Amino acid sequence: MSGQVWVAGGGVICGIGADLRACLEAFARMEPGMQDMQHLRSIHRGVLPVAEVKADNDALAAQAGLPASVSRTALLSKIAAEQAWASTGLGSLAPYRTGLVSANTVGGMDKTEDFFGAYLQHPQQGRLWQVLHHECGSVTELVADAMGIRQQVSTISTACSSGANALMYGARLIRHNIVDVVIAGGADALTRFTLNGFNTLMILDQQPCRPFDDTRAGLNLGEGAGYVVLVSDAVAAQLPNGPWCRLSGYANANDAYHQTASSPEGTGNYLAMKGALEMSGLQPADIAYINLHGTGTQNNDESEGKAIQRLFAPYYPAMSSTKSFTGHTLGASGGIEAVFSALAVQQGVIYPNAHFAVPMKEYPFTPATSFSKGNRLTHVMSNSFGFGGNCSSLIFSGFN
Amino acid sequence: MADLKSQIIAQLNLQEVKPEDIGNDQPLFKEGLGLDSIDALELIVLLQQHYNIRIANPEQGPEIFHSVRSMAEYITAHQKQQG
Amino acid sequence: MNIYIQGTGCVSPQDTTVVEPFLAGIREYEGDRLKAVEPDYRQWIDLKLIRRMGRVVKMGIAAAKLSLQEAGIDMPDAIVTGTAYGCLEDTGIFLSRMVAQQEEMLTPTAFIQSTHNTVGGQIALLLGCHAYNNTFVHRAFSFESALLDSMMLLQEQAARQVLVGGVDEITDHSHRILSRFGLYKQAPVRNTALLQSHTGGTIGGEGAAYFMLGTERNVRTVARITGLATIYKPADEQEMDAAVEAFLAAHHCSSGDIDLLISGRNGHAGENRHFTRLEQKLFQGCAVAGFKHLCGEYPTASAFATWLGARILHGQQLPQGLLFSGAAPRQLDRILIYNCYQGTHHSLILLDRT
Repeated sequence: MSGQVWVAGGGVICGIGADLRACLEAFARMEPGMQDMQHLRSIHRGVLPVAEVKADNDALAAQAGLPASVSRTALLSKIAAEQAWASTGLGSLAPYRTGLVSANTVGGMDKTEDFFGAYLQHPQQGRLWQVLHHECGSVTELVADAMGIRQQVSTISTACSSGANALMYGARLIRHNIVDVVIAGGADALTRFTLNGFNTLMILDQQPCRPFDDTRAGLNLGEGAGYVVLVSDAVAAQLPNGPWCRLSGYANANDAYHQTASSPEGTGNYLAMKGALEMSGLQPADIAYINLHGTGTQNNDESEGKAIQRLFAPYYPAMSSTKSFTGHTLGASGGIEAVFSALAVQQGVIYPNAHFAVPMKEYPFTPATSFSKGNRLTHVMSNSFGFGGNCSSLIFSGFN
Repeated sequence: MADLKSQIIAQLNLQEVKPEDIGNDQPLFKEGLGLDSIDALELIVLLQQHYNIRIANPEQGPEIFHSVRSMAEYITAHQKQQG
Repeated sequence: MNIYIQGTGCVSPQDTTVVEPFLAGIREYEGDRLKAVEPDYRQWIDLKLIRRMGRVVKMGIAAAKLSLQEAGIDMPDAIVTGTAYGCLEDTGIFLSRMVAQQEEMLTPTAFIQSTHNTVGGQIALLLGCHAYNNTFVHRAFSFESALLDSMMLLQEQAARQVLVGGVDEITDHSHRILSRFGLYKQAPVRNTALLQSHTGGTIGGEGAAYFMLGTERNVRTVARITGLATIYKPADEQEMDAAVEAFLAAHHCSSGDIDLLISGRNGHAGENRHFTRLEQKLFQGCAVAGFKHLCGEYPTASAFATWLGARILHGQQLPQGLLFSGAAPRQLDRILIYNCYQGTHHSLILLDRT
């Protein structure tokens, strides 16, 4: 147990861009990714807006170098993981002891739900290749095998906090000297399963979502993948352009209140943020920006707000929910937002919160509404909370 | 109301509860039958499936689902409206 | 730092929820699917909560509660779960309704219980445990990842008592679909004769095994967990052998120090070679015990093997019907578990008597 864990690079594909640069441009232009469904086939098309990746499976497969028959989640995962690694400038992965720790929530469900139509007609029907990669871990292995990663390959699924937990586990694998490099994050494609699941909870907004707005009426789902490359001190020293920042703190706590709802006090949220601060040796006032979990549901934003008030009052950092652009990408969200947060430290980016108009009555703080660059953001926090009470917070820190 | 009680028991998988165990005016939520917000969502679908009544706003739940009697009254009122 | 198993809990197709007598008799089954023997869950879970839970959640909670009880611990400092398939029953229910009802009139219960972290989340909810909670879903390394996470937490002194387990269920859908992949025997086989089978395929299984881990030895200590390694898709036999030898060397022992090898052979003629080679080449002369004729084949079966190994060391007794080859060991100080899943996922877990 020694040494720092550095963020050497990152990659994102999501509803606002096919790579990180495109995502930044979408933020700067204030262009959220929610639209009518183009690729997912569902009766909710035209009713529920989603933030889809703007490419079909054939195009993604060609880009990923994987067959178009595998889960869209694997295609997105491979594209973002490759981009993350390429951004480090380290060249070949071969010289490093490398791990891939990836998160997703429903594995190859996009294919399984196609299979089930025929299978439910007759148990011998349905094409087996459609369920070959149903397991969450199988999606990770498709990517690991394609990238030649074998030392540590693992998959985490803790609902909407999955991606953040992948970073935590990856960082610890490095600190225990088990590997030198971990590509860590998450991926999830839109599926009818998750869309209908969230719809039964009546927490999907039929308008573009408005996190932390008093008139918020639910979330929009999105899809994508986001990975950071975590490296040891020794590997960080070899980076041609230096690291982006350090992963200086992280914590995982459980709300232990309800299977899906957050406690009104935001207990788990508070414990995760407080734990991450303690680990990084920081005071609340040191945090310059919070990338909120900020789904846009009544319940999440109220609980998260409560926990922020309890921890940060009376001085609040800048904050925003990038889900107002990307939608809620579930297992990918912790990974995507980790990349945004790490980049925020490196480039001083504060991301805007789209569609914000009316402050929440309960709290004295409001999210940032415009894009800005070049801010001095030494410490940035990223929150990810989920079903099952799973709450995780990460802190990224500069090094000057 | 006996039918409605059976439907509630089936929909919510209330094991070891019989229709006669549920009082007409007994609160269904919290200290009464102990139901929660997920059950309210299940009951919304129950109304849709059995009575063709759609509730778009889950915030109406607590009022409609206060007791078996309030549910029955809501059903009667809304079936009349549709008829 | 030593890591000890302070309590165990296991729900399986055998009578494992009672610790004594330890596997007094093996339950015999005929067919290609072993179902868990389920205890009365009402002793641990409120009826109001049980009504929503699928079997995998109930099995997980029961095994977790049993391990807490044996360790005499009310509140762990971390809860870590491994499950390859997650909550298949509720996934199947929601998916089938969604397809059959064409996305209309769906209810939330099956969906919210279908997420892979439901077992870990429900254990936390039941205990009121706000501590670290994680769920690994990596195929046949799900339990091993959970175990590695737990061991790291103890080494980091981030936790003193970690509840860790592996759990998976079979459902009618999953069994039917996995059968179509040729995973299971075509002709009925008795589980007690599984390991001697010469045909392809195995028997599907399920279960939950949880463990309380801690760093201080006490009167309740069941065994010590000394080592863990996973080997993913080794390029060839040399690489596999080198990995096993490096593992033994890292723990300062040789194959001669292993009193019992618990081997993951599953009666599938096409996969026997992995086990036979390891048993005969690297562990020649070592007593070998099987376990998949007890619990069936499933991705987190290594959690069952860990339960078995820990109980054998604690009771200093190898139950009847487990020895596969070699002579029954006179002494049981050190057990190595070797599992291999579908020829691609190899794992090693080293247990010591305390």
